[in-house]
Amino acid sequence: MALGSSMRPCGDFRTTYASDMTIFATPVTRYLVIAGIGLLLLVPLFGSPYMLNLLIQIGYYGIAALGLNLVVGFTGQISLGHSAFFGFGAFASAWLNNSLGVPVFFAIPLAGIMTMLVGLLAGIPAGRIKGLYLAIATLASQFIMEDFFARANWFTGGSSGAMAEYLTIFGYTFETDQSYFYVVLFYVVLMFTFTSNLIRSRDGRALVAVRDHYLSAEIMGINLTWYRVMSFGLSALYAGIGGALFGHYLGFVSVEGFTIILSIQFLAIIIIGGLGSIYGTLLGTIFMVLLPEVMEWSVHLFSDSMPDLIQSLAYIKEMAIGLAIILFLIFEPEGLAHRWKRIKTYWKLYPFSY
Amino acid sequence: MSGHTTLLKVEDISLAFGGVKALQGVSFSVEIGEIFSIIGPNGAGKTSMLNCISGRYQPQVGGIHFRDDEITKLKPNQRCHLGIGRTFQNLALFSHMSVLDNIMVGRHHLLKNNFLTGGLYWFTGARREELEHRRQVEEIIDFLEITHIRKAQAGTLSYGLRKRVELARAVALKPDLILLDEPMAGMNQEEKEDMARYIIDLNEEWGMTVVMIEHDMGVVMDLSHRVMVLDFGRRIATGQPDEIMANPLVKKAYLGEEDDALGDEEISTEGVA
Repeated sequence: MALGSSMRPCGDFRTTYASDMTIFATPVTRYLVIAGIGLLLLVPLFGSPYMLNLLIQIGYYGIAALGLNLVVGFTGQISLGHSAFFGFGAFASAWLNNSLGVPVFFAIPLAGIMTMLVGLLAGIPAGRIKGLYLAIATLASQFIMEDFFARANWFTGGSSGAMAEYLTIFGYTFETDQSYFYVVLFYVVLMFTFTSNLIRSRDGRALVAVRDHYLSAEIMGINLTWYRVMSFGLSALYAGIGGALFGHYLGFVSVEGFTIILSIQFLAIIIIGGLGSIYGTLLGTIFMVLLPEVMEWSVHLFSDSMPDLIQSLAYIKEMAIGLAIILFLIFEPEGLAHRWKRIKTYWKLYPFSY
Repeated sequence: MSGHTTLLKVEDISLAFGGVKALQGVSFSVEIGEIFSIIGPNGAGKTSMLNCISGRYQPQVGGIHFRDDEITKLKPNQRCHLGIGRTFQNLALFSHMSVLDNIMVGRHHLLKNNFLTGGLYWFTGARREELEHRRQVEEIIDFLEITHIRKAQAGTLSYGLRKRVELARAVALKPDLILLDEPMAGMNQEEKEDMARYIIDLNEEWGMTVVMIEHDMGVVMDLSHRVMVLDFGRRIATGQPDEIMANPLVKKAYLGEEDDALGDEEISTEGVA
């Protein structure tokens, strides 16, 4: 694309700065997204529980992955301990509800804030170290927290896990997939809007500045230590809320779920979706949640001709994730968001290339 | 040059990296409203000097005063509040951001919103603040004639344009003292002429005091009110451009002229200032 040209349609002139600083590039995009959310509101009316389950998964994993994208994609740091924050959020929300009697409605955001505090603590090394060393430091925090989950009986219930009550508002209990879907959708819209605003305002720009050129960022008055640590705190906030939603959905939080594998999967989501892209995070989550399902469908499709295939389903799912990561790193390292951008550009400029 | 009050005072700065003495006992002062150039051969310590003023390096000996404040030990990110901005010799833009966002980062220390109020954008005044500063940033964009690229990704621009965006970002800091590290390096004649005009306008219309490192002697001698010459970490001369041109020590530093009359002890003397 030429210098400074934008993807704005012909005749779409901006006459105020406000109209030039919107989240969405054009009003049409905005209406389409609002219409999309409107359509999603109708899904519980006719969607199957299976479909709703997938959408809810996309929701809570998407929120957590967005947090990881803030620290990895936007601030340019590495975190291998994201699933520990996800788990901490789930346990914290359950604990707030079970032990302190905080209603689940408040426990979810409070769990997010508690996780943020833990994230700020775990992010302190980021103030001083970078790259591989930071990767190892975050790996350490992952294992320390896993160990904490297993030992802190008062908090997590230890090896027996913790019960998480369903969300109740004014006597209405969100215990079905149909109703809980709305809760997750609310949080998804909230967190993604919050992030879009963050990125287009002061501190979001500062995070990206720290990623792109930290030395000149410092000259611009950006306190590197604070922003590096803060990005960890923020990412933990998202992970905590995602984890809390996860916990109250399943009704039970167990220690085993939050291992390094899940951390890697979060990383895979943002690599596949697009580092430093907000909607890419959502695309990546959709991809990662649907990939095992697609594998399952295709295995069942071929089960008549190759009946042995079903036995190896579990391996096929894992291998597919690995394969997807490798293929993306080779062919589309900038992720689905970038691919989508290129498709848009292609149609916009067709039949010309530039 | 009004009033002849000192804006920046550098006193007896010494900076060493292990055995390498980058700066040795350099002192100078910059008056309000001046264009002050630092020249010298490669490795003379010009950029080290600028890094001391902007806070990247902390000199082992000596002090730097900005207006009435001692700033020697301040962190780089604490200096823009006082009114010090700079550009870099090698491009230091945020290459994945748009030109507009790059310049908006320059407003960082003037903006008040944090991650929370920024995230709540419409309800906390973040939007109003962004709009106000966008207006002021647009003035800088207009002044530096980069309106056509304001939405372009900074990393995709040509060298000359990137230098200009970097200047815009430093101007956005609203500095009283702007440090320019080779603003014209690698530019063609036309781009140099443009840049020279911007520097003069910044100085005369925007009222900024300029400290500039530059290798193009034509530019230095035409723009500067005063020039300081560094060689091997020592100041060998300070003075008005024509005095510097005539200074035998400067000629020696640049041309390596054989001159037995100039002994070592003379090198550390005051020069022409």
